[in-house]
Amino acid sequence: MTSGKIIKYSLSFVLYFLIQVFILKDLVLFGYAFCFLYVFFLLNLPHELPTVPLMLIGFFMGILIDLFYDSLGLHAASAVLLGFLRNPWIQVNTPTGGYDDNVPPTLLNMGMGWYLFYSIPLILIHHLLFFYIDILGTELYLPLVIRVLSSMAFTFLLGIIVQAVFYKKERVI
Amino acid sequence: MQQIFLFLYRLRAILLFLALELLAGGIIFTHNSPQGAVFFNSSNKLVGNMLSVKNNFLSYFSLYSTNQALAEKNAYLLNRLDSLSPVLDSAVLSVDTVLSKNFEFWSARVVNNSIHLNQNYITLNKGAKDGIQEGMGVFNELGVVGRVKGTSNNFSTVISLLNTDLLISSKIKETEVFGSTKWDGLKSNEAKLLYVPRHVQIVPGQEIITSGYNAVFPEGISIGKIKAVNPGSETNYLDITISLSVDFSKLNFIYLVKNDSREELDSLEIEMETAGP
Repeated sequence: MTSGKIIKYSLSFVLYFLIQVFILKDLVLFGYAFCFLYVFFLLNLPHELPTVPLMLIGFFMGILIDLFYDSLGLHAASAVLLGFLRNPWIQVNTPTGGYDDNVPPTLLNMGMGWYLFYSIPLILIHHLLFFYIDILGTELYLPLVIRVLSSMAFTFLLGIIVQAVFYKKERVI
Repeated sequence: MQQIFLFLYRLRAILLFLALELLAGGIIFTHNSPQGAVFFNSSNKLVGNMLSVKNNFLSYFSLYSTNQALAEKNAYLLNRLDSLSPVLDSAVLSVDTVLSKNFEFWSARVVNNSIHLNQNYITLNKGAKDGIQEGMGVFNELGVVGRVKGTSNNFSTVISLLNTDLLISSKIKETEVFGSTKWDGLKSNEAKLLYVPRHVQIVPGQEIITSGYNAVFPEGISIGKIKAVNPGSETNYLDITISLSVDFSKLNFIYLVKNDSREELDSLEIEMETAGP
C-alpha cells in the first residue's frame, strides 16, 4: 500500500468517526432505526488487507466510538466480528475472473448487485451482535428484531447514498 | 517446536479474534457493573471536553424551553420560601441546624445523553473537583433523572433512569404504597412500578414520588403518573405502567443531591443485618 493511500484511508477513518459520534449519534429514527455508518469504512477497505490488521482497525474504531456512546465494548466487539468475517465473505463472493488489484470493494467499483449481497449479511451480523449484547439481561426480543432490521435498512441506505455522492470509481487498468 | 509455532501462526486470525472479543467482553462486563472506574468512558477529559463543545452549540436550540422551565421552578421555589419564612410578629424558636440540614444540592449541565439503548448513561460537566460523588441522586425541575455512577476530575457519569439496571425506591403519593421504579427498556417516556401487592387499590392518574427510603433522593421528588394497571403475569404483584414526568430527550440543566446522613444510615443498616433479627 502506498503512503498516499495510507493518508487517504486515515483521513476517511477520522471523517467516518467524527460523523458517527457527533451527528449520527443523535439521529435515531422513530426510536428504533440507528445508523452505524462507520461499518462502511471497514467494508470498503482494500480486499488485499489481511484479517489481522482489519480486526485491529475495527477494534480501535469500535472502542473510540464506544467512548462517545457510553456503551463501552459494544461497538468494539461487533466491529471485530465484522472484521473477522469480512475477508472469508469476500472470498466466497469472488466474481468470475477474480478481483482486480488496487480496486477496493466499494459500491461503484463492484456494482449494486454484488455490493448488496456483500454488505447486507455483514451489516446484519454486526447489528445483531451489537443489539443482542445491549439487551442481555432482559427479554426484549421483539424490539431487538425491529431495531436490527430497521437499523440495517437505515445504515445501508445512508451508506449507499454516501458512496454514490462522495466516492469515485477507481480506474481499472 | 517449530511446527507448533507454524501452527499457531496459521491460526493467528482466529486467535487474535478470540483475544479481541474476550477483551471487549471484559470491558463490557466491568463497564456495566453499577459502580466502576469511569476513566475509560465519556467522563474522561478529552472526550468530555469534545462533548461539551458540541453541547455548547446544541444547547442554543433549546434555550427557550429551558428558560421557561427554570422560571417556573423559580416561581415555585419563591412561593415555598414565602410560606416558610417566619412571621415577624411572633417569637421565633430556632431549631438546631444540625438536625435540619440533611441534603446538599448542586447544579450541573448535561453534555452527553442517550435514550435509545437499554443501558443509557448521561455525562455531566461537573466532577470530583466540584464535589460530586458516587451515589448522588440526579433530578431536574420535572423529576428524577438518575444516579451518579462515578466521577472523574471534571466530569461525571450518571446511570439514567432509562437504564434497565437502575431501581429507584418510590411510593404512590396519595396512598403511601411503596414500590420500586424500573425502566422496562421499551419507551423512553414510560417505566414500571414493581413490587406493589395485588390487594392495593390503584387508580390511573395517581402520582409516583421518591420514597426517601434508600437515602439517595429526599422524599417527594416526582417520578411520574400511573398510566395503566394490569393484573400482570406474576402471582403476587401488579403490573403498573407509569408515564415519566421527565422528558429525557430534552435534558439540559439538572440538579444533584447528596444525603449527608447516608453513610450513617447505611452503616446502621449493615449493623442491623449482621446483628440478625
